[in-house]
Amino acid sequence: MVKWSDFERATIQDIFSKIDKDVVGQAALARCLIVYPWTQRYFGSFGNLYNAAAITSNPKVAAHGKVVIGGLEKALQNMDNIKQAYTDLSVLHSEKLQVDPDNFKLLADCLTIVVASNLGISFTPEVQAAFQKFLDVVVAALRKQYY
Amino acid sequence: MERLQSARISLGRWVCLWAVSCIKTPQMFAFIETLKPKRRLKMSLSAKDKAAVKAFWAKVSGQADAIGSDALSRMLVVYPQTKTYFAHWKDLSPGSAPVMKHGKTVMGGIADAVGKIDDISSGLLNLSELHAFTLRVDPTNFKILSHNILVVMAMMFPQDFTPEVHVALDKFLAAVSLALSEKYR
Repeated sequence: MVKWSDFERATIQDIFSKIDKDVVGQAALARCLIVYPWTQRYFGSFGNLYNAAAITSNPKVAAHGKVVIGGLEKALQNMDNIKQAYTDLSVLHSEKLQVDPDNFKLLADCLTIVVASNLGISFTPEVQAAFQKFLDVVVAALRKQYY
Repeated sequence: MERLQSARISLGRWVCLWAVSCIKTPQMFAFIETLKPKRRLKMSLSAKDKAAVKAFWAKVSGQADAIGSDALSRMLVVYPQTKTYFAHWKDLSPGSAPVMKHGKTVMGGIADAVGKIDDISSGLLNLSELHAFTLRVDPTNFKILSHNILVVMAMMFPQDFTPEVHVALDKFLAAVSLALSEKYR
């Protein structure tokens, strides 16, 4: 079971209260599709992903960004049992979507970078450590049901 | 997942190669090698990537020292296992004197690599040997430090650190990391 310090709990809640959820999800997903173009393989139905401008303005990317943030908020509400809360999501990603789990880390890195650029100087090393720990736990939970 | 760039040789070149291969001297073999097109290394830097890196570096190089010390500070806090390489420092806390000094050193290496972006491997030969034989830093850590450099870039230059600049810098730092670990074995 993951142990969270009071500082970590407070920090992660604080981050989610400060960020613009509609923007961050879209920005992180778009960045992932641009910086790691092979991740586009999972989004064949999204239409025009031919260049950075197209990806950034793609409405399906924006909509899916919100879905991703929604998933993270579920983890936030179940911080003491993320593995359990994510069982169905993990099965979805492995059985139906068939996503290579190494890609989860790529999206997590893009999320860290987008949150960093949003929070600026208040994204201290300690805040970064807490946020990355949270994302590591989320990624591990998503990997759990793969076999 | 990655496609290997296949070496495409034109018909004319094939005819020349065949004709010339009939002359079996060492000099001719060496000449034949020069005719064959060079294969691209996977995910190497395009002209567009190099331009993006140089343009961004021109904007941020004035703050190189701050970037280096912040990235290093973050690495030591967020990835505590990296502290094992600095056990000889008195103070490993963010912004301490040894951290600031070393951040400057690291960014000096990055600046050097930007200047030698057309051939990073041979340009960084000395640093490569240093890391292989003296420092022996596990290469996973290059990825870790690269990630933290990108985080600091995003924080300090949110408008300029666009997704296009991000991908170019990510590739550049990967190329630098590869050059640094080239002599390891």
